[in-house]
Amino acid sequence: MQAKKRYLISLLTGAFLVLLFYFGRVVPGPAATGSRSRHGYNRPEQPWPHFSDPLQHLSPWDHSDTEDYNVHISPRQKRDVNSSVYKGKRCRMQSCFDFSLCQRNGFKVYVYPQQKGEKISESYQNILSTIEGSRFYTSDPGQACLFVLSLDTLDRDQLSPQYVHNLKTKVQSLPLWNNGRNHLIFNLYSGTWPDYTEDLGFDIGQAMLAKASISTENFRPNFDVSIPLFSKDHPRTGGDRGYLKYNTIPPFRKYMLVFKGKRYLTGIGSDTRNALYHVHNAEDVVLLTTCKHGKDWQKHKDARCDKDNAEYEKYDYREMLHNSTFCLVPRGRRLGSFRFLEALQAACVPVMLSNGWELPFSEVIDWNTAAVIGDERLLLQIPSTVRSIHQDKILALRQQTQLLWEAYFSSVEKIVLTTLEIIQDRVLQQTSRSNLMWNSHPGGLFTLPHYSSYLGDFPFFYAELGIKPNPKFTAVIHAVTPLVSQSQPILKLLVSVARSQYCAQIIVLWNCDKPLPAKHRWPATSVPIIVIEGENKVMSSRFQPYDSIISDAVLSLDEDTVLSTTEVDFAFTVWQSFPERIVGYPARSHFWDNNKERWGYTSKWTNDYSMVLTGAAIYHRYYHFLYSHFLPSSLKSMVDQLANCEDILMNFLVSAVTKLPPIKVTQKKQYKETMMGQSSRASRWADPDHFAQRQTCMNKFASWFGGMPLVHSQMRLDPVLFKDQVSILRKKYREIERL
Amino acid sequence: MCASVKYGSRGPALIPRMKTKHRIYYITLFSVVLLGLIATGMFQFWPHSIESSAEWSLDRRSVHDAPLVRIPMSSPIPERGDLSCRMHTCFDVYRCGYNPKNKIKVYIYPLQRFVDEVGVPISSTGLSREYNDLLSAISDSDFYTDDVTRACLFIPSTDVLNQNSLRIRETAQALAMLPRWDKGMNHLLFNMLPGGPPDYNTALDVPRDRALLAGGGFSTWTYRQGYDVSIPVYSPLSAEVDLPERQPGPRRYFILSSQTAIHREYRVELERLKEENGEALLLLDKCSNLSQGLASVRKRCYKGQVYDYPQILQESSFCVVLRGARLGQATLSDVLQAGCVPVIMADSYILPFSEVLDWKRASVVIPEEKLPEMYTILKSIPHRQVEEMQRQARWFWEAYFSSMKAIGMTTLQIINDRIYPYAARTYEEWNNPSVVKWSSVNSPLFLPLIPPRSPGFTAVVLTYDRIESLFRVITEISKVPSLAKLLVVWNNQNKSPPEAIDGLSLDQTHMVERSECINKFASVFGTMPLKVVEHRADPVLYKDDFPEKLKSFPNIGSL
Repeated sequence: MQAKKRYLISLLTGAFLVLLFYFGRVVPGPAATGSRSRHGYNRPEQPWPHFSDPLQHLSPWDHSDTEDYNVHISPRQKRDVNSSVYKGKRCRMQSCFDFSLCQRNGFKVYVYPQQKGEKISESYQNILSTIEGSRFYTSDPGQACLFVLSLDTLDRDQLSPQYVHNLKTKVQSLPLWNNGRNHLIFNLYSGTWPDYTEDLGFDIGQAMLAKASISTENFRPNFDVSIPLFSKDHPRTGGDRGYLKYNTIPPFRKYMLVFKGKRYLTGIGSDTRNALYHVHNAEDVVLLTTCKHGKDWQKHKDARCDKDNAEYEKYDYREMLHNSTFCLVPRGRRLGSFRFLEALQAACVPVMLSNGWELPFSEVIDWNTAAVIGDERLLLQIPSTVRSIHQDKILALRQQTQLLWEAYFSSVEKIVLTTLEIIQDRVLQQTSRSNLMWNSHPGGLFTLPHYSSYLGDFPFFYAELGIKPNPKFTAVIHAVTPLVSQSQPILKLLVSVARSQYCAQIIVLWNCDKPLPAKHRWPATSVPIIVIEGENKVMSSRFQPYDSIISDAVLSLDEDTVLSTTEVDFAFTVWQSFPERIVGYPARSHFWDNNKERWGYTSKWTNDYSMVLTGAAIYHRYYHFLYSHFLPSSLKSMVDQLANCEDILMNFLVSAVTKLPPIKVTQKKQYKETMMGQSSRASRWADPDHFAQRQTCMNKFASWFGGMPLVHSQMRLDPVLFKDQVSILRKKYREIERL
Repeated sequence: MCASVKYGSRGPALIPRMKTKHRIYYITLFSVVLLGLIATGMFQFWPHSIESSAEWSLDRRSVHDAPLVRIPMSSPIPERGDLSCRMHTCFDVYRCGYNPKNKIKVYIYPLQRFVDEVGVPISSTGLSREYNDLLSAISDSDFYTDDVTRACLFIPSTDVLNQNSLRIRETAQALAMLPRWDKGMNHLLFNMLPGGPPDYNTALDVPRDRALLAGGGFSTWTYRQGYDVSIPVYSPLSAEVDLPERQPGPRRYFILSSQTAIHREYRVELERLKEENGEALLLLDKCSNLSQGLASVRKRCYKGQVYDYPQILQESSFCVVLRGARLGQATLSDVLQAGCVPVIMADSYILPFSEVLDWKRASVVIPEEKLPEMYTILKSIPHRQVEEMQRQARWFWEAYFSSMKAIGMTTLQIINDRIYPYAARTYEEWNNPSVVKWSSVNSPLFLPLIPPRSPGFTAVVLTYDRIESLFRVITEISKVPSLAKLLVVWNNQNKSPPEAIDGLSLDQTHMVERSECINKFASVFGTMPLKVVEHRADPVLYKDDFPEKLKSFPNIGSL
């Protein structure tokens, strides 16, 4: 009995000890298990212990290192070492490009003369003729900064009929080759079945590559240029506009995500497309593949082929493309595919599924604003990813696809010029475009960086920068007749323009053969009058970017224009709201003449207009620069020879940039009569040749622009209360109504 | 205790017939055990703050308590960084997963003190204050997770900010010993001072397999675009010196050079520029009379005249940042802080955060070769542009350079943006300071589009009580050819329409109400968003003396 109790008690004690051990284990725990809980890992909100010891500072000053280093090597040596070591796949502008060639004559491009017997594909011919027609072209290799081969390097697929053989020896034998230094090589296709490598099949030496479907591994940053894959039907100039005609809100279309294309049963690039059917739901996500391609597809045919092929036939590609919010762009055999440009043009936001593709012009284009960059490894997440994108973002992405398409991709010319401009930006580092210039309307090709490096000097970025244009204008009066009497219209014009509260200065451009009149002959005005003698007294000189134009706005005037101060003031206030457009009085229109199959020009009073004559118009001074530096000399010299059409050309240019019509403001009735009346220019206007010339000009200009950039408008801007039945005293611009 | 004794005295029922001596002995033992148990429970379940407050202040925060790990000589060494690594080849996205927040999870390894076989530490300095700050900031951020299994990105606690203090081989071995190293996959290393004598490599020399490198001083040949992150070299002066922001505008000097160890060749060129342009340039060097040390960092001299550094930087429009042994220079950070536009001359240098920052807006990059032309190049920049750059430089510093926290968060955000590109911050968001953000107007419909007439328009008529005028409006509007749809918003649910009243605008209270609305709305917007224009759009030929029937919009003036 005693023993039994003792046994029970010792058992109880034992049980307590076990319990004690069990609970107690945790207490000595922290000490025993060391750092983990000592460093607070049981406190998830502050897991890194924020050590308070007097820790040593990082000393980032490497003076002493630099001193040692400087003794050891001089900067010049260092540069030479770099340029000798980094060749081939490690080429960079610093090591493989000779900047000194570009210093003397600026950025000029030389194209090798075409050799007889060499066949050149249509696409490459387009590239070469674009360069030859551009302002970068030089026919003198001694002046050139960049060299372009006349040998067709576009298609380097050995199985292709376009493949040029023996390219290696042909290139090596070129006298100016210089191991490819300062050369630019265009390529669309490289490698062949089965692995499609990115090797061109000849030694490109130190040449730069402008290549489609280039991978990030092979891409030499800031040296190569990634270009889009384009078909041989891609138009040379102009090109179709984007398909987005108006914005729909909410921005959803019938399908969410579509794709229609080949499926490779074997070999490189097949994995992604083979897996697409997992995501296809035949409702709003329609991803279709066909096994039918090549001759022997039946041999490799798998279990899904028949089902896929049947589904594939059910849908029309065009219909899907235009009715889908997102378009899948999976890699093909090569990284890039035609689907990319097709989707871009169709305002169908591309969903990229091509790991490692260096996207076209990635150096300057911010693709995140126009495409969804997916990851092949995460294909199954793609539907939920695109569904998670907010409406506002879709709207922005869609508009950006159109902006980029029209700015850089719609024609071979744009692709080539963009490539050249990118290289030019690298060469002339100091005057290069900023990211905003490349990625916002009107795009890098129309935004010339040597005009100014300050965004606020351009007419396009006021809203983005949150600033306003300079509140003054400079009047430029084009004078062609000698000053003989004090009643000449030019003097009246000077006085009434000078009286405008917004006028900063008046420039008289003296394009008359007679010598300059004496200073005192000009009326005394409150604003300075600057008289400039026109260069060669040609028409284009009225659009020279004179340094003396200090304001953002230019009021361009003919000497016989009749304008009142009120009209000028009103037009200027309108311009301040539309600083990127031409704002003016007399308007003209263009039309398509079906009988003659050409563009026609009309000065009749009609219900719409597409041009505003620069004899009385306000526009941004940047257009003077663009006119002088962007347009080819062929068009400018045509204008100078005819002494006509300069205003049409200016309207073409501005509409090509803005994609918008000019703006007509109200004018006093009398303007028309004077315009067509007895003044000096009347003879010119009445001359039927003059009119015929303008028709010819229109067609010549349209062919250079690759299309008709002019846009019609039916809107005129009148002062509020214009001709309204209220007291004249309440109207601010009452002069305009008076006859 | 009393109670137990009572129990004891009542005893026999519970503990029957025990000798008193023994009984007392057992009861004492029992009580001790019970007390021990209670004490244990207290310790276990009491709120942590009490327990930790003691321990925190004592030893929790000391680096010296981190466990010592001995690296065996034969421990494996990772491979050198693979130059072809890209996110889609060397980074495991599956670890990051799809989540609605589109945010990566970052894990920090606990601190360990690595020593080699004979007990010598792998780093002469150990954890630096900067790296501690960086890791603290990350652990306090949304990115942090303490769950290693959920992490997408791993950050070793081994400090490799300064390669000078590291033993390369042992550091590499230490990295490879990390439990989740796995060939460096998804690991991120922060390094600011790469390379060592004599060649000063531009990337960290420590072999690191596939680990991502956030490095200061990358050159175009070592930087793996889209994989590595180029970070600035942090300047500790940022924390020490408070430089108030200065308004952008012209400064006393045009160009200032404040670096001390400039190569002889470059100094000669700078001296020549100084001769040509005189007072516009200020060339500072270290003070010969001051002893080395902290004081010398904060002083600069020119011909015996002593200037305070970095304050003097605020007196210049442009400040030269020349490469030294390394491409990345801490001076860049000081210069930005001072709102001075950096003139960066370091060929092939990948500028900090160049993946997201537009350096053209805040700096001038000039090839080293063109140093003699520096003055002309800088003079050609428009004044307004210089002011923009000054403002932008200061803003870059505040947002991305000012602290280790800023540097760390920016780096993580960049990596995050690569993994969730569709949710990434836009380039403008990265580059626009808030001044611009608030003043700029970005229309959601930014594409210049002239929509065709064919889809027409939808008319929306809001009505309340005024049925007659409503019908009149409907009849008139329905005549318009391009009307696609007419939507009437009937705003009165209860009341039947009364007799037509006179024009609303004649009703005084109505106008007062509307003025109140405008004021209310303006106060909500914080500003008056409406703009006043003096023009109105009329059809061409509006009210012109012209046959009405030839006009596209006849009789519009007489309505």
